Amino acid sequence: MKSKMLVAIASVALPLALAALFITHPPRVKGEDAKGTEIRVDNFTFAPGTLAVPVNSTVTWVNKDDIPHVIAASDGAFKSKALDTDQKYSYTFTKAGTYEYYCSIHPKMVGKVVVQ
Amino acid sequence: MSNTDFFRKISGGFIEHDHNHDGIDRRGFLKCMAWAGTGALCVIQGGVLKSFALGSQMGSDMKSHKMAGLSFVQISDSHMGFNKPANPDVISTIKAAVDKINALPNSPEFILHTGDISHLSNPEEFDTVDQILKATNKEIFFVPGEHDVLNDDGKMFRERYAKNAKGSGWYSFDKNGVHFIGLVNVMNLKAGGLGTLGNDQLEWLEDDVKHLKSSTPIVVFAHIPLWTIYPEWGWGTEDGARALSYLKRFGSVTVLNGHIHQTMQKVEGNVSFHTACSTAFVQPAPGKADSPGPMKVPDGQLRRLLGITDVNYVQGRHALAVVDSTLA
Repeated sequence: MKSKMLVAIASVALPLALAALFITHPPRVKGEDAKGTEIRVDNFTFAPGTLAVPVNSTVTWVNKDDIPHVIAASDGAFKSKALDTDQKYSYTFTKAGTYEYYCSIHPKMVGKVVVQ
Repeated sequence: MSNTDFFRKISGGFIEHDHNHDGIDRRGFLKCMAWAGTGALCVIQGGVLKSFALGSQMGSDMKSHKMAGLSFVQISDSHMGFNKPANPDVISTIKAAVDKINALPNSPEFILHTGDISHLSNPEEFDTVDQILKATNKEIFFVPGEHDVLNDDGKMFRERYAKNAKGSGWYSFDKNGVHFIGLVNVMNLKAGGLGTLGNDQLEWLEDDVKHLKSSTPIVVFAHIPLWTIYPEWGWGTEDGARALSYLKRFGSVTVLNGHIHQTMQKVEGNVSFHTACSTAFVQPAPGKADSPGPMKVPDGQLRRLLGITDVNYVQGRHALAVVDSTLA
């Protein structure tokens, strides 16, 4: 009786646990996939904070805040116009390297694109 | 109690200040509803903060202390063009601010706008604000917020509002014996940092105040707070302390800022810091939300959390009275 119960619990709990694992750690998307090159600007943060992409990827930032943000490379290599709510900015990374960027009007917001 | 370094940031409560050596009747405790935004009256005399209770007796207090030497108003953060749920109608709220200014018993001589005139630096947004503020019939002095210099490093702002200013738009002027200094701390911001004045502006400031007597009352106005309020949200100025070091010898320094869309005050030695309400929308108290973004407040509450700041100076007394009042 007891062991049957355990099996029953396991048969429900195990898939749930696996599903939860997938939700918190979704499978890595390759750089070519559109979603894998998108950075959400939301709640004054960049998500993901560090994005890894292959060379020649076009990365797109989309602003989900009620406040405009400006995407700017820390070394001045690229800079967007002010992005209002839902506006996007794209930049193509043609060389490998680590690119640090920030919001030039809210400089506490920082992020990185790692081009491999 | 020492008059140095006390920080009044309370939520709807009262703080009792024991201000002595003043020669002014003490008014008991100060209702400093900074967080609730309902207003406060602080008088600085010879660098010492005096407190008055707000309310019907305020008028007689003001009269009995001859608070008519110089009166001006600070408004801030109009964010013309903003149309999100936190305030879908920023035009009507800045108009309410104008009505409030025009109804002041002591008509102000001029207005300071401490930045974020526009939301997106569009010429139409500046035009709208200019048109609305015309109804005050007052001279207006502006410093830029980061929203005013978005796409052109502030070129349009300077052409409109700071033609005779130095550098990125800083300047000073004198009124009734008070020296006013408008500073720009929203340009050339560095990744990970706070507001920045920069070396050129700081050198200019040092030179600008060099010839002044230490008894000259100083008013500094800039968009981002010159003192560090909450660095996690960028609410402070990297090199603000260096600016204040040039003002140490002065008996009365009042620093007026905007940017954080709520009133907050601090007194440190002879320097009194004050931030003004926005006329557009509310931002959360430091650390009380995930981000400093616009905060939707319950219907009917908005105008109680927006407002203007009225400042009065008594000639010969080095006193500045800073009064916040809401748009409600």
